[in-house]
Amino acid sequence: MSDTPKELRYAKSHEWLRDEGDGTATIGISEHAQELLGDLVFVDLPEVGAKVEAGSDCAVVESVKAASDVYSPVTGEVIEVNESLDDAPETINENAFGNGWMFKVKLDDAGELDSLLDADAYDALVAEEGY
Amino acid sequence: MEKQTVLYETHKAMGGKMVPFGGWDMPLHYGSQLEEHHQVRRDAGMFDVSHMTVVDLKGPQAKPYLRYLLANDVDKLKTTGKALYSCMLNEQGGVVDDLIVYYLSDDWFRMVVNAGTTEKDLAWLEKQTTGYDLTITPRRDLAMIAVQGPNARTKALSRMSETLQKAGAELKPFNAIMDGDWFLARTGYTGEDGFEIMLPGDQAESFWKSLTDAGVAPCGLGARDTLRLEAGMNLYGVDMDEETSPLESGLGWAVSWEPEDRDFIGRSVLQAQRSDPEKQRFIGLVLTGRGVLRNHLKLFDGDEPIGEITSGGFAPTLERSIAFARVKSGIGETCEVEIRGKRVSAQVVKPPFVRHGESQLG
Repeated sequence: MSDTPKELRYAKSHEWLRDEGDGTATIGISEHAQELLGDLVFVDLPEVGAKVEAGSDCAVVESVKAASDVYSPVTGEVIEVNESLDDAPETINENAFGNGWMFKVKLDDAGELDSLLDADAYDALVAEEGY
Repeated sequence: MEKQTVLYETHKAMGGKMVPFGGWDMPLHYGSQLEEHHQVRRDAGMFDVSHMTVVDLKGPQAKPYLRYLLANDVDKLKTTGKALYSCMLNEQGGVVDDLIVYYLSDDWFRMVVNAGTTEKDLAWLEKQTTGYDLTITPRRDLAMIAVQGPNARTKALSRMSETLQKAGAELKPFNAIMDGDWFLARTGYTGEDGFEIMLPGDQAESFWKSLTDAGVAPCGLGARDTLRLEAGMNLYGVDMDEETSPLESGLGWAVSWEPEDRDFIGRSVLQAQRSDPEKQRFIGLVLTGRGVLRNHLKLFDGDEPIGEITSGGFAPTLERSIAFARVKSGIGETCEVEIRGKRVSAQVVKPPFVRHGESQLG
């Protein structure tokens, strides 16, 4: 039985997105992604006010092993970032789908959400990638 | 197909995440690389280092052979079990490998070489034997386990033969003792106290499990790398290789210039480089800005490129990022590192960064 939350949407590049229902969305990386990365030691977040595009890199997470880009699953403007990650990047390891959220975006087009994966499709993707 | 050490199945059973390294399938970590790092700094951890190769050199001319082969001088070794760190150079003064050599008797030395370079090393060793009477035997029958940390010696000794317990308790740093095919050395690659233990391969699994029972935590290559980086210890193939000399790699201390008439491979090139004021320097860096230093990042002084990071990463003990770098001569106290197109400032320091659990940064 998968622990992948049903209420979230997922990108193929292993980010999750929560539709807040008011034209904004909260974004982070999946439990599976944090597991692959290992212990995180540094997070570089986008600036509040920055424009992000679906599929473009806008943040970086660095583990003891390597740096990895984080892609925005949607297009819009960054309205808030999780500054607590600056001092405690390990929060993502501990709670990727909760306190480990990374940034919030005001959506340009809520219709974009339909192109993202649901939990079952994301689990299938992870299984297919052979992890 | 990667090779497997005798502990491969044990690692998998203990949750080791196996990755290819130097031709071997080795554990990267058993859950958390950071926890394993702290375990070694604060208590005791163990590493399977059986992928490294033990080589016995036996014969009446083993000593003159090694005095020609190595940049450090085995003539310094006067007592049984005494260890010496050295580079093995090519004619151009480049590093073929770095190793530890132990003196066991006038006609028996033992060295430990890196995993990824083993075949190359053995060919090089054979090639240099012309005119020397000795035999070179890789001891593939031996496994090797490193137990490291402030409590490592106490915990490890409690699991050994009575002979080793007695002699091991008295063992001085950089010395080794033997009991049959067991070989106990007070050496390591972490900047902590501890042992490196060679033992018959068929006893490795039970010894590893016994160490687990004694409260020694299994640790993977990930923690081994952050520990050695903090301890200011070079990694072959990353910090130095056949294209770089020990003098450009922070290893001048391991080159023995005296006596002047000792000819060793690479000596003439090294001698010329020694007095060259323009030769590259090998330095430590501590990142003062935000980010993580990584291998191959470029360094700048203003607009001028001055060098490159050889190995870098996050230092768990310091909770900052540190690195080794090779730079032009004449670097100041700070420089800038280019990380993803941005310049971030770093402080130039002299390694080591951490010794016996304590930060060495001012």
